[in-house]
Order: sequence, then C-alpha cells, then structure tokens
Amino acid sequence: MIATRDAYGEILVELGRENPNIVVLDADLSSSTKTEKFAKAFPERFFNVGIAEANMMGIAAGLARSGKIPFVSTFAVFATGRAYDQIRQSIAYPRFNVKIVASHGGLSVGPDGASHQALEDVALMRAIPGMVVIVPCDAHETKEAIKAALRHDGPVYVRLGREKVPSVLPDDATFEIGKGLILWPDKRREDLISSVSRGEPKESAHLFDVAFVASGIMVKPALDAARILGQEGKTCLVADFASIKPLDEELLVAIAKNSRLVVTCEEHSIIGGLGSAVCETLAENYPRPVLRVGVRDEFGQSGSAQELLDAYGLTAEGIVETARKGLSKV
Amino acid sequence: MLSEPQKDEALICEIETRARALRRHIIEMVGKAGSGHPGGSLSSSDILATLYFGGFLRLKPEDPLWPERDRFILSKGHAAPALYAALAERGFFGKDVLLTLREFGSILQGHPDCRKTPGVEVSTGSLGQGLSMGVGMALAGKLDGKGYRVWVLLGDGECQEGQVWEAAMAASHYRLDNLTAIVDHNHLQIDSRIEEVMSPEPIAQKFSAFGWEVFEANGHDIQNLVNVFRKAATVRGKPSAVIADTVKGRGVSFMENQKEWHGKAPKGEELERALKELSGDHLR
Repeated sequence: MIATRDAYGEILVELGRENPNIVVLDADLSSSTKTEKFAKAFPERFFNVGIAEANMMGIAAGLARSGKIPFVSTFAVFATGRAYDQIRQSIAYPRFNVKIVASHGGLSVGPDGASHQALEDVALMRAIPGMVVIVPCDAHETKEAIKAALRHDGPVYVRLGREKVPSVLPDDATFEIGKGLILWPDKRREDLISSVSRGEPKESAHLFDVAFVASGIMVKPALDAARILGQEGKTCLVADFASIKPLDEELLVAIAKNSRLVVTCEEHSIIGGLGSAVCETLAENYPRPVLRVGVRDEFGQSGSAQELLDAYGLTAEGIVETARKGLSKV
Repeated sequence: MLSEPQKDEALICEIETRARALRRHIIEMVGKAGSGHPGGSLSSSDILATLYFGGFLRLKPEDPLWPERDRFILSKGHAAPALYAALAERGFFGKDVLLTLREFGSILQGHPDCRKTPGVEVSTGSLGQGLSMGVGMALAGKLDGKGYRVWVLLGDGECQEGQVWEAAMAASHYRLDNLTAIVDHNHLQIDSRIEEVMSPEPIAQKFSAFGWEVFEANGHDIQNLVNVFRKAATVRGKPSAVIADTVKGRGVSFMENQKEWHGKAPKGEELERALKELSGDHLR
C-alpha cells in the first residue's frame, strides 16, 4: 500500500537526477505533496513560494518560458481553484511546459473536510484548451504518468491522492497519454479495437453485461464490483481511463460496442469529470446507456476516508448497486 | 568619440522620435480597429520607447527567442498597441502589420499573445500576472547564470490585484536584482481615478516595504527615464521598481486625463484631430 503522492515524491527525485531542467515549486505543502524529497535532493532547484498559489503558477510560467520544466504542487483544491485564471492565462494559453501535480484530490482527503476535498478539479482542468488531465490509480501508474507528463511538451494536470492505496496494475503496465487500459478480462486494448473494426461482436449474446470505466482510486472497487457481479453470472469488463484528457475515444467506443451498459467510476463530481467525458464521447459516437458513479452535485465533509467513500457510495457495493439498477433497464 | 552628455542628447532625440512614432501608430491602429485602449497605451509610450530604443533591451528581432535576450513583459496587456508599435519600430515585423490590430487572423491580438506575435514575451491581458512571470524568468536567469534583465510594466490600477504583491514578496525573497518593475502611474482606471476606486497608494512605499529599491520618475521626461532605468539596472541584491508618473492619453489633448479614453477608439474627426496633434510639435 503506497499513496500516489509518495510515488510522485520518489519519481520526481529520479527524474530530477536525469534532467537538470526540472525545477519544482510548492506552496508550503511540500511535506504533504512529497516534493520535500526533491527539495532535499536538489535544494537549488526547489522553490517554496509560500502560501501564494497564484504567484506560484505565474513563476512556473516564467520558468517554463526560460527553458525549465516546472513541476508545481499543492493540494488539488488550491491548485485548480485558487489559481484557475493563472493556469488558464499564464500557462495554458501560451501552452507553456508546466506540469501541475496536485495531491489530496477527492473525498479521501478525509477529516480536513469539504474545504480541502477537490471534487471539481478535473472538470476545471478538462475545460482548459490543450490541458492534459491524468488521474492515476496506483503508485506504479503514478510514476509512469509523471514520466509521460515529462515526455509531453505542454501543460499537464496530474491528480494524486492522500491515502495509501493498493497496487492495482502489474509492474510492467505501461502508461501513454490518451490511452486506456483494459484490466479485466485479460484482453489487450488493441485486440478489442481491431475486433470491433472486423464487425464483432456479431450477436448481442456476446456482449459484456457491464463495462466499468474508472479512474484513480475507483479502479480497484470497479474490479471488485466486476468480481461480485461475475459470481452472479454477469460478464463484466473493467478499464482504467487514467488519461481523462485526451480520452481514449477509440477504446471507449470499442468498449461500448461490446457492452450493454457502461458505468463510470470516479472520486469526483459527476459533473465535468470522467463520467461527463465518457457520456460526451458516447453520445456523439455510439450511444449506449451510461450510469455515473461519483459525487452527485454536493460537497464533502469530515470523516475518515473509508467512512466518506462508504457514505457517498464510492465503493464496490455502491458500484454493484448502480450496475444492477442499470441492468434492470437495458 | 562623443562625450556622454552629447551622446545622451542624440539618444534622447532618437527615443523622442520613436515615442512620437509609437503614438501615431497607436492612434492609427486603434482608429482602424475601431476598438482598443488608447489611454494607457499613450501613457506608456515614452516608457516603451525608452526601453526599446534607449539600449535597455538587448534583442535580436531576427531571432526573437534568442536565449540571452533581455525580457520585457507588458503586464498591463491592454496597452498592446504600444507594445506592437515598439516591436514594429524595432523590426520584429513590418509596420504594415500594425493596421491589422484586432482583425480576425491577425498576429496582433487584442491583448498580447506570445504564440502569435514575434517579440511578445508572454501572453497577458488578465491583470496582475506579469510580475509573477517576470519572477520566474529572473529566477531562471539566476539558475543558468545568464546576464539578461527582466523588465515588467504594470499599471497603477493593476496594483490592486493581490498577485502583484505575492510576486513582489517573492522577487525580494529571492533577491532578484535582475528584475525591474515599472509602474505606469497614470492615475486613472476604467471607472474613475484609482484613488477613488480603490487606492493602491502609496505605491512607492509599498514596493519599498516589500524590500525593493524604489525610484520615482517623470514618465514623459525621456532623459529622466534613461537616468532612472540606468540606476535601476545597477541595483544589487534586490529587485528594483520605477514608479513613473504619467498622464493617461498623453499626447492627444482631448484624451489626456479622460477616463473615457481608457478603452475607446477615436472615430472620424476625432481620429483626424488626434493624428494632426501627433504629427506636430505638441509633445515638445
């Protein structure tokens, strides 16, 4: 069990060793975002700008314009909320090469309560032209996503979590911006897409009952939900869509063509996040019933991470219930 | 070899000529576009002419992103016509391009877009953000051991934005003596006099309290601007600020000190009158 923010702290030091252009900025939360590891390893390339997020984004823009590759970290709620205009105007509009890696996304922030639980950060970042948005599900995927963000020339938003999470992906799993990953059944993304292009499935009997399209910490409960439904004789597919923007439309449409029902699972508001992105793509390309598991237009509150996830239905049981409801109608 | 005062005389004459050209361009551009911000462009014309033609910006118009270049950031992005005029005069693009200001498909957007216009350092228009970007560039200069200087032009109304003071704090904290902020202190903002809307005064003392070396200047006296910018560039161990006292709409009699001309284009007779004033000796 490793928190994605810890994986970030580790990979940042590794990458910093290889690439002298990497600089890291934080707004007085380096012990929480884990950029403190980089600060310790490369103090001359670390800037703690104090509690001033707007200024931090602007400084990052200036550094990027001068050839540096800034990784900017704070809590997701502050990165995207307090500094939205700076991200839009100073970073994204000129397409500067700034990586915004925000920790403490979602309800699982826990006891700090609603003020610190970003539930609309993905929606905000997704709406900005050219912004890449990634929500990794575990430590391995976080490291791969950070490496991919570094390879990408342009602004990227990566959302990480506070809580320790189990390892979901195999150690050799790759991550590519704009590509989803089929986790269950054991089927390659390319094979599903090419089978669809051959006109399969030919009969509705060969469809999956439910396809779960998930991101972040909801990937694991989606896999559990598939197992529970499998025991009831339902066939399920589970895909990890860490790359929310660009979205893997090719894979998503192939999944929809192979499934009776699509259920999206995200630790985010159902407005503007992965669920919205999936609905938009399918509505335009291959309409299929979609149900969204996420936070339904409300704020979070204090509690332990598990209590909150239970209360808001962001669990395997919550996903199963939603899927059953959907299956009764299709 | 000319002695210093004589050399300055020639330099001042050159800057004044360019400043007059900038003002004419501004009125022609905004007049043709039918919209734009003449007031704050005219108030900053002498400052821009001094920076671009007084030897303060080492630039290569044929290589706009030359890594060693000095940086100029127009944080008050609505004065874009003044910046575009200076860039055209400096040779970054043809002067004929100026008349495409604000047109669909033009490289001269309503507010500066660094991806479209050669010589524009960063994209601005949403006030309060330029100084932070200047801090980033100055920091990078220090990290890389480069000798360039970063100049940022702010509006006085813009100093109402909190981010300006976050950046002021950071610049001082990092001892960025390769950074100079200039405030175009024209005393007016869209709705009224800045002191009436929300006074940012005393601006000089505020920068001073934030740890900056502060200079005051007459923003329309070229020799004074040259002297002060030279002094600002020699400050060591901390950033420098120049509070330049200016007149909004400077150079066009009916625009001077009139808030109505913040964001309005002159039309017909107004346009003719403005250009006539600027072609004469009105400014001397």
